[in-house]
Amino acid sequence: MTDHAPATEPALTDPATAAPTEVSSFRIVGSLVVAGLVSGLILVGAFLWTQPLIAANQAAALQAAIFRVVPGTTTTAPMHQAGDGVALVKPGGEVKGEALIYACTRKDGSLVGYAIPGQGSGFMDTISLLYGYDPGRKVIVGMEVLDSRETPGLGDKIITDKHFLENFKALAVEPDLVPVKRGLKTKPNEVDMITGASISSKAVVSILHKGNRTWLPRIGAATSKGGK
Amino acid sequence: MSQAGDDHALRNELVKGIWRENPVLLQVLGLCPAMAVTNSLSNAIVMGVATGFVLVGSSVIVSALRRVIPPQVRISIYVIIIATFVTVVDFALAAYLPTAHKALGAFIALIVVNCLILGRQEAFAAKNTVPLAIADAVGMTIGNTLALVAIGVVREVLGSGTLLGVNLFGDKFEPWVIMVLPPGGFITMGLLLFAIALRKEAALRAQAAALQEAP
Amino acid sequence: MDDLLWIFVSSAIINNFTLAYFLGLCAFFGVTNKIETAVRLGLANIFVLVITALATWALNRFVLDAAPYLRLISFIVVIACAVQFVEMLIRKLSPALFRALGIYLPLITTNCAILGLALFQTSRGYGLVQGLTFAVGAGIGLLIALVLMAGLRVESRLSTVPAALKGTALSFLLAGVMSLAFMGFAGLFSQ
Repeated sequence: MTDHAPATEPALTDPATAAPTEVSSFRIVGSLVVAGLVSGLILVGAFLWTQPLIAANQAAALQAAIFRVVPGTTTTAPMHQAGDGVALVKPGGEVKGEALIYACTRKDGSLVGYAIPGQGSGFMDTISLLYGYDPGRKVIVGMEVLDSRETPGLGDKIITDKHFLENFKALAVEPDLVPVKRGLKTKPNEVDMITGASISSKAVVSILHKGNRTWLPRIGAATSKGGK
Repeated sequence: MSQAGDDHALRNELVKGIWRENPVLLQVLGLCPAMAVTNSLSNAIVMGVATGFVLVGSSVIVSALRRVIPPQVRISIYVIIIATFVTVVDFALAAYLPTAHKALGAFIALIVVNCLILGRQEAFAAKNTVPLAIADAVGMTIGNTLALVAIGVVREVLGSGTLLGVNLFGDKFEPWVIMVLPPGGFITMGLLLFAIALRKEAALRAQAAALQEAP
Repeated sequence: MDDLLWIFVSSAIINNFTLAYFLGLCAFFGVTNKIETAVRLGLANIFVLVITALATWALNRFVLDAAPYLRLISFIVVIACAVQFVEMLIRKLSPALFRALGIYLPLITTNCAILGLALFQTSRGYGLVQGLTFAVGAGIGLLIALVLMAGLRVESRLSTVPAALKGTALSFLLAGVMSLAFMGFAGLFSQ
């Protein structure tokens, strides 16, 4: 980094202060080291102070979304892929970047369903969403877009259009999800698209598709084995 | 220096950043955040305050240490100081204002390459006393925030029909959506600069006319 | 595979770093007086971006898990070194180019597009190949934006424009129209 400074000096140095003073290289290296150490200490401190708050914020946001897509949930537990099915993530057994779904249970301990995150490319950029799945009735019970950069007023209707969101309150997953033009939905596995935002709404359906292909066979295997 | 002289100098440094040497509108610095986070007024305000915190903080440290920092590595040290402040601000926002943090995204970290901050260290804080450096930094912050707010108000009102999230025009209003999208940012800034240039032109003409009339 | 294609086309055109993400604006408005300079700077950018993507991947993978609070500082240091390295490379390979670029080469360090690349690459969790594709795509996108803006500014110098509009104000309006045009590429890829 010391090499970088001279290249910018000609443009930024005031002639009055440009006169080279006798500064030992010890002082030069020393000042960089001190600056680095002090900076490091401050950053470690700030990190340790804020990390618990940040983690709590993220967990709270996720919990709130899970409660909305799987109505009736009281507690959630993260699950990861294990063998052919899924298994509860043991405390301390979290692997960074691992794909997770969330098992949602009622107060009495019975399973309400699973909250499954998914993402894929939309019209403008990546869409990130969470949806709820009821393995007993084999339907999707809720969908919420977590992050998107779709066109405000058009593509972002996937967040705001109530009629579109209604699609996901009892959406059959067998046979596969089928997008249809607005108003033409007759079967329980069809999804009414949004007029003028067909790409964004189709993107939502394909993200759900991807999620179903990844997780439903595993959930099915786990459920049929009798375990959660 | 007399007390009155000190106060005058302080006030001068403070005020110049607000209009005469406004960082965004007149020096045309710090463009990236000025375009990216002004699609809503609240984002513009948070960005202005966050940038200000980094600017004032860095200026205080650089000014206090100005006789100790070796000139050969001063840019590197300034960058370390600024990056430390920015990281702290990033963490603080994520912890205490998570919605704003999500809305501003990567642009909080990008404060570190905002040419305004490094520019002020090199041009002013390194050569002046701490009180003057603070005045300069605060003035630049106010000017920067005002510019961001100006752009933000125009973009949010025209582009979403709201101000700070409050719906202004009712349901029948068809918002000019492009204003909250990238083209709107560029166009708003262009028209703002045009308006300022027109005003300057008019002022110059008035000055010239006044000179001609004087005997 | 189409993941890589999406990353490339998206970063170059659909979500162009300058026209959609507002990165690299100081260079965009400052260095686009001549088409030649714009081309040279754009190419230098691509070099720096690729090196940055490589280093960012390595840092994220091997170092930053243990110390995430050092992320920003280490990225800045890496970028400064990458620019230094490219500077030395250009000086050796083409002294004429080095002289032509002049002060603009070290200024790449403060170009928010470079740091922006590192930050986006991190938040999207790109692997090595994805990161490199991202860097090349973004670099080409920046180059396209720079060259187009330079071309427009050269043309507009010869046209009749109100005096108050000349210069930066006009450049912003031109950028607005360009950004609008590029929005037309959205939806190029649909699943």
